[in-house]
Amino acid sequence: MTFFLYSLSIFLVSGLLALISKRSAFLSSFFGIAGCVAGCVLGLIPSIQVLLSGQGLSFSFPWAMPLGAFVLNIDFLSAFFLVPVFVLCALAGLYGGQYLYSYRSTHCLGFSWFCFNILVGSMALVIVAANALLFLLAWELMALASFFLVIFEAKKESVRKAGWMYLITTHIGTAFLLAMFLLMAQSAKSMNFMDWDKLEYLPSLARGIFFILAVVGFGAKAGFMPLHIWLPEAHPAAPSHVSSVMSGVMIKTGIYGLIRILSFLGFPSFWWGWTLLAIGIISGVLGILFALAQSDLKRLLAYSTVENVGIITMGLGITLLGIAYQIPVLTVIGFVGSLFHVLNHALYKGLLFLCAGAVLHGTGMRDINLMGGLLKRMRYTGLFFLAGAIAICGLPPLNGFGSEFLIYFACFTGGIPGSHNVAIPALALIIFLSLIGGLSIACFSKAFGIAFSGEPRHESMNHAHDTGWLMKIPMGILALSCILVGFLSPCLLPRIFQNYLSAEHLGILEKATFSLSQITIASIVFLFLLGILALVRSLLLCVRKVETTVTWDCGYAAPTARMQYTGTSFSQILVEFYNFFLRVKQKLSAPKGLFPEPGSFSMETPDLFQEKVFSPLFVRTGNVLCILHTLQHGRIHLYVLYIIVMLIVLLLWKL
Amino acid sequence: MNANLFIPTLFAVVFAPLILGIINRTKAFFGGRHGQPFLQLYYDLFKLLRKGATYSKTTTYIFRLGPMVGLVCVLLATTLVPFGGIRSFLCFPGDILLFAYILGLMRFFTVLAALDTGSSFEGMGAAREVHFSALAEVAFFLGLIVLAKATSSASFSDMYSSSFPYIWIANSTQMLLVGVAFFLVLLTENARIPVDDPNTHLELTMIHEVMVLDHSGPDFAFILYGSALKLWVLGTIFTQTIFPFRSGSIYLDLLFSFLAMIVLGVIVGIVESTMARLRLLRVPQLLVAAAALSTVALVLSMR
Amino acid sequence: MEQLINMLMVVILLTNLLLLGSSRMGTCIPTLGFQGILLGLALPVLLFLPQGITTHILVLVLITIPLRGILFPFILFRVIRKTNIQREIEPFISYPVSIFLGILALVLAFWMNSRLTGMSVPSLHPLLLPVAFYTILVGLILIVSRKLAINQVLGYIVMENGMYVLGIAFAGEVHLLLELGVLMDVFVAVFVMSIAIYRISREFDHIDVNQLQNLKD
Repeated sequence: MTFFLYSLSIFLVSGLLALISKRSAFLSSFFGIAGCVAGCVLGLIPSIQVLLSGQGLSFSFPWAMPLGAFVLNIDFLSAFFLVPVFVLCALAGLYGGQYLYSYRSTHCLGFSWFCFNILVGSMALVIVAANALLFLLAWELMALASFFLVIFEAKKESVRKAGWMYLITTHIGTAFLLAMFLLMAQSAKSMNFMDWDKLEYLPSLARGIFFILAVVGFGAKAGFMPLHIWLPEAHPAAPSHVSSVMSGVMIKTGIYGLIRILSFLGFPSFWWGWTLLAIGIISGVLGILFALAQSDLKRLLAYSTVENVGIITMGLGITLLGIAYQIPVLTVIGFVGSLFHVLNHALYKGLLFLCAGAVLHGTGMRDINLMGGLLKRMRYTGLFFLAGAIAICGLPPLNGFGSEFLIYFACFTGGIPGSHNVAIPALALIIFLSLIGGLSIACFSKAFGIAFSGEPRHESMNHAHDTGWLMKIPMGILALSCILVGFLSPCLLPRIFQNYLSAEHLGILEKATFSLSQITIASIVFLFLLGILALVRSLLLCVRKVETTVTWDCGYAAPTARMQYTGTSFSQILVEFYNFFLRVKQKLSAPKGLFPEPGSFSMETPDLFQEKVFSPLFVRTGNVLCILHTLQHGRIHLYVLYIIVMLIVLLLWKL
Repeated sequence: MNANLFIPTLFAVVFAPLILGIINRTKAFFGGRHGQPFLQLYYDLFKLLRKGATYSKTTTYIFRLGPMVGLVCVLLATTLVPFGGIRSFLCFPGDILLFAYILGLMRFFTVLAALDTGSSFEGMGAAREVHFSALAEVAFFLGLIVLAKATSSASFSDMYSSSFPYIWIANSTQMLLVGVAFFLVLLTENARIPVDDPNTHLELTMIHEVMVLDHSGPDFAFILYGSALKLWVLGTIFTQTIFPFRSGSIYLDLLFSFLAMIVLGVIVGIVESTMARLRLLRVPQLLVAAAALSTVALVLSMR
Repeated sequence: MEQLINMLMVVILLTNLLLLGSSRMGTCIPTLGFQGILLGLALPVLLFLPQGITTHILVLVLITIPLRGILFPFILFRVIRKTNIQREIEPFISYPVSIFLGILALVLAFWMNSRLTGMSVPSLHPLLLPVAFYTILVGLILIVSRKLAINQVLGYIVMENGMYVLGIAFAGEVHLLLELGVLMDVFVAVFVMSIAIYRISREFDHIDVNQLQNLKD
């Protein structure tokens, strides 16, 4: 535990040092990176220790704060979430060092590093906090730090707007959390999590209300579908290493919080599972559909985050249903699958955002439609992006397949043979997960194929260059870990969960890990066959003539790069098919007449919920609240009068 | 290790190109022609393997990797599906998922290799491929759920085990519906009429063929062989769902399954000879219909 | 035998899905006729087989098949020939979505059935009720989602087919007079509607129901 406290204080001190030395970009970057990496490495030690030994660690410190106590507790769940946080943050910090350095002449790096280290520290604190007040404080600190990181380029109008949207959404979520924590603390007569076990004896109505509050509050952070609107705005606006951390691990604190609260609420009602399953399906399917329709690489990744959170939530939903209907297979494997997906998503989404940042760094572009041919110019980034894309599509042999396999496996072996109560949700999950699988192949073949293959569609691609080693190494480590986790999952999972699950549940998990081990065998066979085939091919070709020419152009004499399929044209057939959900806006001015003026066509896919629900809602609310505007007239003496009137009213009421 | 385990893969590896020969001969018969030899694809493969290759300047290693990954994926898929009552080389609960996703990996790399050429034709084919197969995957999974529900297992080898004929008789309606759905998926995934015309020469209308326009030599041989194997594995799933026959003798069962595959070739040939290619906009409707058939089966078995 | 009846029911279900998914009148109308023949011939015969063929069944078969299987399609064919309608190009709800709605309706029908069997309603065959509900629902979807008046007639007939199955499912033996009365009503309705469609098309050159709203005050 001391290591963990050291790590927290290193984050704080290094952040402050970076802030103090903000005059020198080099010095503040150095302090920022060094602190981040050192803190993460120190923090990893107790986390891994807890994961492997199963012995929780705790620490408490008398604190002058009313109601609050500085109680930290690392149990299995915390440790499981801490590992990806520390791993990804250390790598993103390294990466960010070089990434941000190019902004040194125009921006203040010291403040950004201060916020980054505070963000990492507060995320860790959120995960280990064992007191409601401490949790909320850390939660708020995390929100603010990430807000300041998002508005790093605050001179841009779009970035400020994104920052606003993030701040508002996250605070709406926090409001729900505040209500939930207060109510729970009142019911349990304590703010400490260790006393909250007795909440499970509350009537099911009260627990249901807590559940709803938790879903809304944590869902705003995690990006559940109607509350996801900040993700596609904030992730593109933030610097890439920040988007990587936010998407890879920060939104997972929402998942963590939800699981933590669920662990207090005891035996779930069946509708909790259905709710989570429905949210997961909506987030998953609509998330990937909107991702498909985007042409901004980072926006695409942001929507794909919504999709992956959807998959995690589906897994949690099926877990709750498994508990409610007492099907241990669903519970155990569904839960392990969800948690495994949390880890996997942190790895590959972190990787993909870092790659997107490298592309942005190398070309100055985020629009896929203008990219092309980057694989030749950015070999390493391209290779890493390919690994991330295979992983995120859930394709074997990389890690994404493992977690999706477990969730499917739970449904096929636990849900489908069971009664209707579990068979129907299980089959809904399978159907939609398979749809998501197919669509994510479409989405990421677009992202990789259009951006990295073909010919450059814009001249700025021609002087694209690969990034420096400080950016390559973190990406490489993440890509490698995607592969390793994919191959080693049958060994890793039982090792991690053996201290957490009971012997009976471990036996259930072993059935799934047996299948995973067979998949690893298949993957090894796959690599072996691929090697043989490559050998055969090179043997065949080494004695034959291998020519180079142009791509088949159908006999047309002067093909140009602009004739290639773009990202928008690639996804057009799909977008049109699912237009019912996407509501694409098309603008066409067709050329007319004998000597036509130039025509144009444009297409954009605004967020459905933002467009149809939130914008009208906030405009209406704004109009209604305009009435109160008359109170706000700028005359100070009247403001003082308000205070006096209020005081008198309060006095009259209480006395 | 039991040598029998390799039989399904062996059959696939040896006989897969034959099925395409049968399809072509059936089509020739309906067209009143004599048609090409049954073994034409074998000749083609050997011819292509002995040729050199031509690559576009635009392409990268993705383009060279695509055909190899595709072939390896589908080879791996053949080790997952039983044949003639003989369990597959790899069988474990959940191998149906590996099967579906390994075909997904094949698709992913085929599409990437197509996009790697920077040709708009190939982009077009790739976009269609990912669109249609996303829907086909749903229909396929729905069918798998029905099979999993009826047999209470999540592995092909356990589904098509020796007790499958009894299960089939008790659920014949569902099995027929699922069989038809699988057949539609098979036509889509293998780019046959009415989804795609393997013989067309107009790039604008093609799906699978247009994605592999730029491949040549051994790479193209890998692709052709890979698609023959894909037809074989999806065909074995279809034939085993539709014709559940077990005699108890391995040799008889193998013979029967092999005959069933030939019948499949004839059926595909008949469909190709009697139907026109659907307009591309109508293809999703066909796949939604396949999903609907599986759903009807599912509702019947969940009742 | 059990499996055969099952398959028959499923074929009736599938004719409904086909009606939802096809745009060509040349496909829809024969499908409707096929559904009518299936209902008229197979349902009573297969269900009442244990009792032997009674005159009641014979009359039912002899009236239902010519009317549902032959006459209705014939009238509709006449209408499309006269109005020169080949297919519905742009319905309110596109065809894939229609099929999707059809799947939802199927689930709904089976759910309704499961609720009813909980109330122990006697039924001749477990699939009879859901098939009836489903056919009615599909008829309703057809009426709501299509623009051409001819498709509305089609939907109406499909819905009526569903009623017929429902009658068999609930009552077992439908009272002959009742059934004949209903059939007579439907016949007159189809007759009148087809004449109306013909007139509308001659007057306005189209039979788009959506444009009827122009007639309102």
